[in-house]
Amino acid sequence: GPLWQRRLLDVQLAELPAWLGTRDLSPQGLLGGVQKAWNSYYNKYINVKRGGPAGLSMLLAGYCLLSYSWNYQHISKISFLVSF
Amino acid sequence: MNLSFFDQFMSPHLMGIPLILISMLFPALLFPTPGNRWITNRLTTLQSWFLHLITKQLLTPLNKNGHKWALILTSLMTLLLTINLLGLLPYTFTPTTQLSMNMALAFPLWLATLLTGLRNQPSASLGHLLPEGTPTPLIPALIMIETTSLLIRPLALGVRLTANLTAGHLLIQLISTATTALLTIMPTISFLTTIILLLLTILEVAVAMIQAYVFVLLLSLYLQENI
Repeated sequence: GPLWQRRLLDVQLAELPAWLGTRDLSPQGLLGGVQKAWNSYYNKYINVKRGGPAGLSMLLAGYCLLSYSWNYQHISKISFLVSF
Repeated sequence: MNLSFFDQFMSPHLMGIPLILISMLFPALLFPTPGNRWITNRLTTLQSWFLHLITKQLLTPLNKNGHKWALILTSLMTLLLTINLLGLLPYTFTPTTQLSMNMALAFPLWLATLLTGLRNQPSASLGHLLPEGTPTPLIPALIMIETTSLLIRPLALGVRLTANLTAGHLLIQLISTATTALLTIMPTISFLTTIILLLLTILEVAVAMIQAYVFVLLLSLYLQENI
């Protein structure tokens, strides 16, 4: 379909800036986008009949990755590890 | 002597955005709202079972008036439990290691219980300052002691949580540093230290859960005296 109707995973890499231009980037728009993303993740992996630990574990793994990236600037400095 | 072992308790910032904000909002994602189905998904079922369990435990000793505190006590319990347990994952930041946060939780809630008691039943709450059956000569000293014990409660609540979690995290970091340092020099000692580290991690999981429970339990006890 046209660019503004496609979902993120259907957009080609070269078209990404143009696609971003068609998105609603106001605070309500961003919040709506976040809510849609969370709902699709929740309904696909957690809100299922026989869910397992995988749905929650992916969230926790993502949280660990996020914390790592938040701390990267500090962890990459090798000088703070040397203590002997 | 550098302070590298305490760096894990520094609130991390990325381009001015503190991680503590995300660390405190993330637990909300792990407890989705049930929706209006009769049979829900497994996560929601587990969550409902757990909330029933702690609500029953905390609110059985309280009277009808105390049940108004159900929401704040159970949500506090869930928040502390989740924050403490999430802090045991690698690279994560535990907000409850910050004394400021724990005091901000403990002080207003304790003050609320105190003011509820003093407002609704002042003589009964002040009566708690003197245990039954004390010998008459001891009364002045005991009142002073009980008042001090009353006023130190918020400090104790906050510092208990902070100290337990900080000490646990610090121990984990120290022992893992020892393990990696000994790996090249004496592998057998390093193996023993790894076993200690595993046991310590199990202890830390238990401590995380127990400390959250103790915090909320003590608050409910202070409430019982005053409501």
